Amino acid sequence: MDDFRAFDVGAAEAFDDVVQAVAERQGCGADGGGGKARCGSGAGQKRLAPEIWEKVKTHPCYSEEAHHHYARMHVAVAPACNIQCNYCNRKYDCANESRPGVVSEKLNPEQAAQKVLAVASAIPQMTVLGVAGPGDPLANPAKTFKTFELVAKAAPDIKLCLSTNGLALPDYIDVIKTFNVDHVTITINMIDPEVGAQIYPWIFWKHKRVAGKEAAKILSERQLQGLEMLTERGVLCKVNSVMIPGVNDEHLVEVNKAVKSRGAFLHNIMPLISAPEHGTAYGRNGQRAPSAHELKALQDRCEGEMTMMRHCRQCRADAVGLLGEDRSGEFTIQKIMAMDVSYDIKQRRAYQNKLEQQRLANIAAKNIAAKHAELETLAGEATDVRILVAVATKGGGRINEHFGHAKEFQIYELGARGAKFVGHRRVDHYCQGGYGEEGSLDTIIGAINDCAAVFVAKIGHCPRDSLIAAGIEPVERYAFEFIEQSAILYFKDYLDRLKRGEVAPAARGDARIRQGAFVSA
Amino acid sequence: MAYKIVASQCTSCSACEAECPNVAIREKNGVFIINSKKCTECIGYFDVAQCVAVCPVDNTCIIDASYPRYQAGSAA
Repeated sequence: MDDFRAFDVGAAEAFDDVVQAVAERQGCGADGGGGKARCGSGAGQKRLAPEIWEKVKTHPCYSEEAHHHYARMHVAVAPACNIQCNYCNRKYDCANESRPGVVSEKLNPEQAAQKVLAVASAIPQMTVLGVAGPGDPLANPAKTFKTFELVAKAAPDIKLCLSTNGLALPDYIDVIKTFNVDHVTITINMIDPEVGAQIYPWIFWKHKRVAGKEAAKILSERQLQGLEMLTERGVLCKVNSVMIPGVNDEHLVEVNKAVKSRGAFLHNIMPLISAPEHGTAYGRNGQRAPSAHELKALQDRCEGEMTMMRHCRQCRADAVGLLGEDRSGEFTIQKIMAMDVSYDIKQRRAYQNKLEQQRLANIAAKNIAAKHAELETLAGEATDVRILVAVATKGGGRINEHFGHAKEFQIYELGARGAKFVGHRRVDHYCQGGYGEEGSLDTIIGAINDCAAVFVAKIGHCPRDSLIAAGIEPVERYAFEFIEQSAILYFKDYLDRLKRGEVAPAARGDARIRQGAFVSA
Repeated sequence: MAYKIVASQCTSCSACEAECPNVAIREKNGVFIINSKKCTECIGYFDVAQCVAVCPVDNTCIIDASYPRYQAGSAA
């Protein structure tokens, strides 16, 4: 299935060397771009094995860097679910509403395959098809695998993946292998039934509804068994966990160890989404979501164990396009049925090869720039100072977005070891119905309140003054430069100013995590 | 002698359709309906009505009071 290997071998080797050099210097903490997917941490997994990297390098959901270049789509063919989660509400279905588990229209497998072809023809960088719901793909096995069969036949270059709660997973291992599914994501929120009983009211198991600890025990056993079976057979497994403060936040460290030991290659800890208006059990009972700092602290704790994923956008089960954009509105059933679809695999491959070369050249340039900046400026800096900065970017590893146009900010942590990508903060409108309140300057400041500076291509006077008043320095001087290189230069300057007493090392506050799945405003 | 689905509550998730041992459930106009002639309340198959057990919205699959309760023994 890997059709993307035709890039220049020399460039790839040069890139390898640079990444390795940077990774070694930074104690393997270069998660911003290419370094992220190649390297875990010094204490745990050294870095992803070459064969895993080969599989994930063009998968937008697995590599922060790839998601700016490659697109994915989800098809909503799996409406039924076999468990009930306190963070999910299948009933609520406002047209303006968006979060994981909610979709605008269900598709049958034939419609889904048609949609995949239509999207793949219109968006040649679309390389990955996922079935993620809105229920559980393996609670709808006939629909899910029929979709895979039709897509594999018509578009064999598209990678297939699915996302499951794991309850039915052990029963479908062979089928998953048969359909050459590249990646499976299992949502594992606990390994302790006491914890599980607070997350799952019930599961549907062997023709009965099972509740409480018994349900959580069965679910956990099935999840871990499924994970082991898949990794034994060489299927890549990522684990998603929802961080629920006071319920499983501490416990997720144990979950992290358990899934790592069973061969998961990536762990994605996501913040709970629990706005009261969603009508979920957690939303109704006032269960709060974690703050940005709580999320980062937990991700940092788990990073010693294995590679952590920090760029998840918590997409809808019918998302289409690059992460951070949703083009599903262009591909409704009505529209795709009217489209004249010509699936040209050669053209797609040529486009992707070109894209891959651009991507590699960009990574190499970015890493060389970052390395030079580091060697020149941070050599000999021994400091415990660490700051966060927010970056407005459209991709390509550069500071190339206007402050006012940014729908999200990437967050980098700067310290003596360089610049490290630690997450992103979305500031897009949650509700497209729009009451004008969200997306306002206050929302943006709330989302990046823990940052010392925000790097932008350009910013207007009014937001500039408000940011300064809030203690966040707007920085335009690195417009269109590489992020990591600029961040290191900025940090060096920051340390100098600190020494001269021009800036106070004031502790920044916490930041708010925006609620809702990604949807373009 | 049958269950029915409260249309206003149905999320149209289709979970009940696959579980029904009598193949009594199908989609109609965006929600699912139970064919009361086919429904046996799962008597003779399972201890609990499958549609009730799997439905994500409580009190959505309910006994249709306009029919007498299904009598065990008359199952197909």
